[in-house]
Amino acid sequence: MSDDSQRLPVTTDQDVVRVRQLVRTVAVAVKLSLVDQTKIVTAASELARNTLVYGGGGEVEVSRVQNDRRAGIRIVFADQGPGIIDLELALTDGYTTGGGLGLGLSGARRLVDEFEIDTEPGKGTTITIVKWCR
Amino acid sequence: MERVPVLKIGDILLVSIQIDMEDQVALQLQEDLAERIVATGVHGVIIDISALDIVDSFVGRTIAAIASVSRVLDAETVVVGMRPAVAITLVELGLSLPGVRTALNVELGIALLGRRETVTIDGDDEPADDGSDPAAVHTS
Repeated sequence: MSDDSQRLPVTTDQDVVRVRQLVRTVAVAVKLSLVDQTKIVTAASELARNTLVYGGGGEVEVSRVQNDRRAGIRIVFADQGPGIIDLELALTDGYTTGGGLGLGLSGARRLVDEFEIDTEPGKGTTITIVKWCR
Repeated sequence: MERVPVLKIGDILLVSIQIDMEDQVALQLQEDLAERIVATGVHGVIIDISALDIVDSFVGRTIAAIASVSRVLDAETVVVGMRPAVAITLVELGLSLPGVRTALNVELGIALLGRRETVTIDGDDEPADDGSDPAAVHTS
């Protein structure tokens, strides 16, 4: 499925900026429209910040993907943090445990085509998002 | 850490964000602006985001906080230059920046602040209040 993928650590604010820049580069390479580039970079920014703030740091993997019809970009955010105890609540607009707006997770989900969370309390959280070219 | 410069032009502080800001840089900007508003006594703040290719919830929240703090310090904030793709994404994200005034560019932002002054300082002898305000064209 994926041809090449790139990994970045997420342990500082500066790493979140690097994630945005890498995602932008790959989004341009797979020829997402300008609005879709903006959406996927914004979603990546939200989720990379979550990895840092809530997950205590982790890693991001950015890949070009291809199915039989379209090209796209897939991003995986992984941390070994405390995990998400109540997933439904965490995905609710306005819910936050970190003093933010509570739009990171729920907002990011609206900005992408595919959104998958794998989380276990005490073990960590892995979120996979995909945006396909139209 | 990088810092976003704050320029004073007449009764306005102008900030043009030209870098992809780390979260700490955005928070620093919020502090710098509050201090400069008090130090200079200006009544308007213009934040130009035309160079930003995304505004996420953190930057959005910081912009909203800057507008609120400015208001408490008797200054009005106008955010100018938002790109169309950024506007679409921001709304879909769920952030519509309530309470933040916007204009399409710096020139219209300055006009908007000037118009606010015309309304609030009634009878003031400002030479700009002669009805030739470019922003007033839209309402006439």
